[in-house]
Amino acid sequence: MGIPEKIISGNIRAVARLIRDIDDNIPEAREVLKELYPYTGKAYVVGITGAPGVGKSTLVDQMVYHLRKAKKTVGVLAVDPTSPFSGGAILGDRIRMQRHSMDEGVFIRSMATRGYFGGLTQSTRSAIDVMDAMGKDYIIVETVGVGQDEIDIVRSAHTTIITLVPGMGDDIQALKAGILEVGDIFVINKADREGVDRTVSDIRLMIEMDEKRYKNGWKPPILTAQAVFDEGIKEILDEIKKHRKYLTSSPERKSMFQHEKARNDLVEMIKDRIVSDVLANIIDSGEFEEALQLIVEKKIDPYTACDNIVLKKLKSG
Amino acid sequence: MNQKRKIRVLVAKPGLDGHDRGSRIIARAYRDAGFEVVYSGLHQTPEEVVQAAIQEDVDMIGLSSLAGAHMYLFPRVLELLKENGADDIVVCGGGIFPGEDIPKLKEAGIKEIFVPGTPLGEVVKWVEENVKPRT
Ligand code: B12
Ligand SMILES: Nc1nc2c(ncn2[C@@H]2O[C@H](COP(=O)(O)OP(=O)(O)OP(=O)(O)O)[C@@H](O)[C@H]2O)c(=O)[nH]1
Ligand SMILES: [Mg+2]
Repeated sequence: MGIPEKIISGNIRAVARLIRDIDDNIPEAREVLKELYPYTGKAYVVGITGAPGVGKSTLVDQMVYHLRKAKKTVGVLAVDPTSPFSGGAILGDRIRMQRHSMDEGVFIRSMATRGYFGGLTQSTRSAIDVMDAMGKDYIIVETVGVGQDEIDIVRSAHTTIITLVPGMGDDIQALKAGILEVGDIFVINKADREGVDRTVSDIRLMIEMDEKRYKNGWKPPILTAQAVFDEGIKEILDEIKKHRKYLTSSPERKSMFQHEKARNDLVEMIKDRIVSDVLANIIDSGEFEEALQLIVEKKIDPYTACDNIVLKKLKSG
Repeated sequence: MNQKRKIRVLVAKPGLDGHDRGSRIIARAYRDAGFEVVYSGLHQTPEEVVQAAIQEDVDMIGLSSLAGAHMYLFPRVLELLKENGADDIVVCGGGIFPGEDIPKLKEAGIKEIFVPGTPLGEVVKWVEENVKPRT
């Protein structure tokens, strides 16, 4: 059996290794992904993001539990940050999901952001495709909502959940611009704590201020949950179902979503390829080092140096 | 293409052992050495440890034990790896062991055992010298 057939038949070892190869940017992985593409597009992808420690993994764990009770298979992709100092990472999301590790209907994978030439968005999307091709009904992607990359990842999901906790009142204003806009569902977790109503009304206000964006469309519901006590999880899954229906019920909307997704994916892919091939190539070249030296010595300005390098690269194709 | 293999390891605590300070320190030391460390937390069965290692495609499993059940738990992990065709994954261990158990564990296939007081630099160096990211 070739690798693509193994993936499609759900071989765990093959899936795990292919995701590793994707992460490590091994060229052969790309060839497998090409063959898998026709088998993708069946899974429903849910993104979940929010500040560190708000309870994302615990929520994912409970969602998996309920989806399994409903006989759905699930893939989980949990992304944690790479340390900028060492390049290493501690991937700890599994701690909260361990009860599913013996369940053959669940595949959990941790991934580090890596950064720089890492192509995070690209590799997570490819990993999602692999889980999709292996036949998972739902794929849940957890990221910490701090970097633009992480936000882009969840944004490419069918349904994006933003997780907050009570008492984030003033912090909501300070949340990374753009994060609230991508939310299809808001969950205030740790609702056993004080200040839930306040946080709910703060979020509601923010959504209402943006009223025109939601006209004739999906207005994000605000839910409360206590993930550790399995409270409010069914309601989250109900809203995901509603949102799914919303996305798929009108053919125009469905095709718009698909086009938008294809567009974003392709733009990301091209961007990634340019960064990983062209930029890396330029940086490795003697020319780059030369330019650096000249800039330091103030013999050339960085604008001209940049123009020179880029124009030359474009001409050489 | 900018391809780069990174060492991936799983740090796990099988059994009912609740002492997790040591394993957390080790996880951090591995991270600071540039490895990707999957940390799966306390109270794992050997079956769960092995499934996590396979799903995460790690190059090494580091088992931690301070509660005395290592003579059952560690060999069991090795056995399950073999059953799953994943015995290319290197396994090392750390924690508190009676001296006479250490040669027995090594004989069973645990590549190295680290006891309290081992400098972290040595723990890290051992991985760099004995664990290769798979090709
Ligand atoms: C702190 C402690 C606790 C804390 C644990 C807090 C926590 N969250 O970790 C608490 C109070 C909860 C506790 C409880 C118990 N403890 Co206690 N505890 C200790 C103590 C004093 C220190 C352990 C420690 O944290 N050391 C510091 C860390 C950094 O060191 P370390 O864990 O050994 O890790 C180092 C190495 O071993 C190695 N290492 C460890 N894991 C790994 C993994 C890998 C991959 C690698 C490479 C290396 C490695 O590297 C680390 C860094 O150098 C020890 C005694 C001792 N001196 O070790 C007893 C000790 C471990 N406890 C013991 C016992 C019996 C218990 C209890 C059963 C009841 C009791 N009598 O107190 C309960 C059981 C708890 C449970 N559910 O398992 C016994 C175990 C005896 C045995 N092995 O047969 C000990 C040895 C005390 C003794 N002399 O009797 N304990
Ligand atoms: N009080 C309370 N604690 C909760 C709730 N949900 C999760 N927690 C706790 O919050 C802590 C963090 O939970 P995680 O699920 O790891 O949070 P996370 O957002 O995935 O964290 P990172 O991945 O590190 O960003 C854990 O100790 C959980 O037990 C809740 O509803 N109420
Ligand atoms: Mg988490």
